[in-house]
Amino acid sequence: MVEAFKNSWITFKSIFIGMGITIRHFFGKSVTLQYPDERPVLPNNARAKLYVNIDDCIGCNLCARACPVNCIYIDTVPSTSDVDLGKTSTGNPKRFWLTRFDIDMAKCMYCDLCVHPCPTNCIYMVSEYEYSEFNRTNLIYHFSNLEPAMVAEVKEKAANEAAEKQRQREEMMRKKAEEAKMKQIEAKKQAEEKNDGEKGSEPSKKENGDS
Amino acid sequence: MTQYLLNINPIAILVHAAIPLTIILVYALVAIWAERKVAGFIQDRLGPMRVGGWHGWAQSIADLLKLIQKEDIIPADSSRFLFKFAPFMMFAASYAAFAVIPFSSSYIGSNINIGVFYLLAVTSVLTLSIIMAGWASNNKWSLLGGMRSAAQLVSYEVPTIATVLTVIVVTGSLNLMTITEMQSGNDILGFLPNWLIFQNPFLLVAFVIFFISILAESHRVPFDLPESESELVAGYQTEYSGMRWAMFMLAEYADMLLLSLLGATLFFGGWNSPFGEFMSGPFWSFFWFMLKGLLLVFVMMWIRWTLPRYRVDQLMYICWSILIPLSFINLVLVALWEVIF
Repeated sequence: MVEAFKNSWITFKSIFIGMGITIRHFFGKSVTLQYPDERPVLPNNARAKLYVNIDDCIGCNLCARACPVNCIYIDTVPSTSDVDLGKTSTGNPKRFWLTRFDIDMAKCMYCDLCVHPCPTNCIYMVSEYEYSEFNRTNLIYHFSNLEPAMVAEVKEKAANEAAEKQRQREEMMRKKAEEAKMKQIEAKKQAEEKNDGEKGSEPSKKENGDS
Repeated sequence: MTQYLLNINPIAILVHAAIPLTIILVYALVAIWAERKVAGFIQDRLGPMRVGGWHGWAQSIADLLKLIQKEDIIPADSSRFLFKFAPFMMFAASYAAFAVIPFSSSYIGSNINIGVFYLLAVTSVLTLSIIMAGWASNNKWSLLGGMRSAAQLVSYEVPTIATVLTVIVVTGSLNLMTITEMQSGNDILGFLPNWLIFQNPFLLVAFVIFFISILAESHRVPFDLPESESELVAGYQTEYSGMRWAMFMLAEYADMLLLSLLGATLFFGGWNSPFGEFMSGPFWSFFWFMLKGLLLVFVMMWIRWTLPRYRVDQLMYICWSILIPLSFINLVLVALWEVIF
C-alpha cells in the first residue's frame, strides 16, 4: 500500500516534470527551415556540386585518376604547332585540346579527392545543391567548350601532324639508316682500297696463322 | 407520450440538433489542425504551414475534401452491415451525449433531470461501436483493438462514475444545468468563483481521478490502447479508409470535447464567468464554457505529446488497484465534508 502510494507519487511528479519540458519546447523556437521560401546558408567549403573552370585546365588527367568512383572522363588531343593555347591563370602552359571533360554527378560521392591533386586549382566544389533531374543522363555535366566541328578539326589536325611527324621521323630514320649504310659502304670501300694496297703482305699472315 | 411527440415542432428539433452538430464539426476541424500544431511546436517543428496561408489553417479542410473523394473500401471477408454501420454509430453515440451539455446560460439541448446519467450511459455505446468495427473488419489488428477497448471500458468506467458521484453528492442533482447554476457567484475567500474545484479539497483529488479516467475514456495517449499505431497498425481503424475513417476521427475528437466539457461543467463552473457578473451574458457564457472545455482539450493534447503509452495490464492496474479504491475513499471523504461543513 505504502509502496503503491510512493510509486504513484513518483509517477505523478515525473509526469509534471515531463510536461514542464514539453511546454518549454512548445513556446521555444522552431528549428524548421521552410525550404522553398527559406534556404540554409551553406559554408564556403560545402561540397554540393563539382565545377570545372575549363579555361584553366591543362588536361593533365590527375583528377580523373584520383577519382575513386571513376566519374570524371577526360579526352585530350595534343595541340598542333601552329596554334598557341596560351597559359592558365596560374602560369602553366596549355598543351592539350580538351575534347571531352565530363563529370557524372550521379556517380560522384562528393569525396573532394579530385580537388586537391589539380595543379591549376581548376576543379572545385561549389555550393549549388538544387540540380535534381528526371533523367539520370542529365546529371552528366559537360565542361568542355569545344564545338563538335572544332573537335573533329582539331583531331584531324593533330592526326595530320602526328602523321607528318611520324613521316618525318621515318624519313629521318631512313636518312640516318641511309647515311649509316653509306658510311658502311664508304668504310668498306676504303678498307678495300687499303686492302688493294697491301695485298702482298696479307697472304703471308694467313700462312702464319695456318702453321 | 404520442401526444407529447405530436406537439413537438419539427423545426425546433432541427435547430436543437443542428447547434451541437455545428459546434462539433467546426471544433473537429480546428482541433485536428491544432493537434498537429501542438505536436509540431512541442517537437520544435512548425506543423502544417502551407495550406490556406496563415499557419496552414485550412489543412483540415483540405484533408476532409481529400477523404470525401476517396474510394469506399470494404474488405471482402468483412461483415458488411456492421462494418458500414460502426463509424456512424460511434459518431451518433458521442453526438447524442451533447444533448444534455449546457452550452450557455440560455441554451441546453435537453434539460432532463438525469443529465449526467444519460451522458455516461450513451457514451458507453461508443465502446460497443469500437468492438463492432473491430469484429466486423475481420482483421487481427482490428479485433485486438476492439478487445482492448472492451477491457479498457470495464477499467475506466468505474472511477469515472465514482468521481461523478462525488460531484453529485455535493450538488444533489443529476441535471447539468442545475449543477452549473449552483456554481455561479464569487464567494470563496472573497474573490474565487464558486466552482466545485475550489469548494472542497477532496474535489480536487476527484478532478485528478476524473481527468485520468476521461483520458482513458476518450482513448487518448497514454491510454490509446485500442488504436495504438506502433503495435496494432491503427487498431480498430485498420481496415477503414476515406469518409468512414473520417467519421471515426470526428467521433474521437467529439468525444474528447464532450468529456472535457463535462469536466468543465462538473468542476469548473460550466458557463459561469470567472469574474462573477462581469462578461456573463448568454454569448459570454458560451465563450467561457468553450474556453474551459478547449483548455482541457489542450491539456489532453499536451499530455499526448509528453507521455508514452501504458500497457494493457498497466492500465488495468492503474484503474483497478489505484483509481477505484482512491475514488471510493474520496467519495466517502467528500460526503463527510458535506455533512460536517
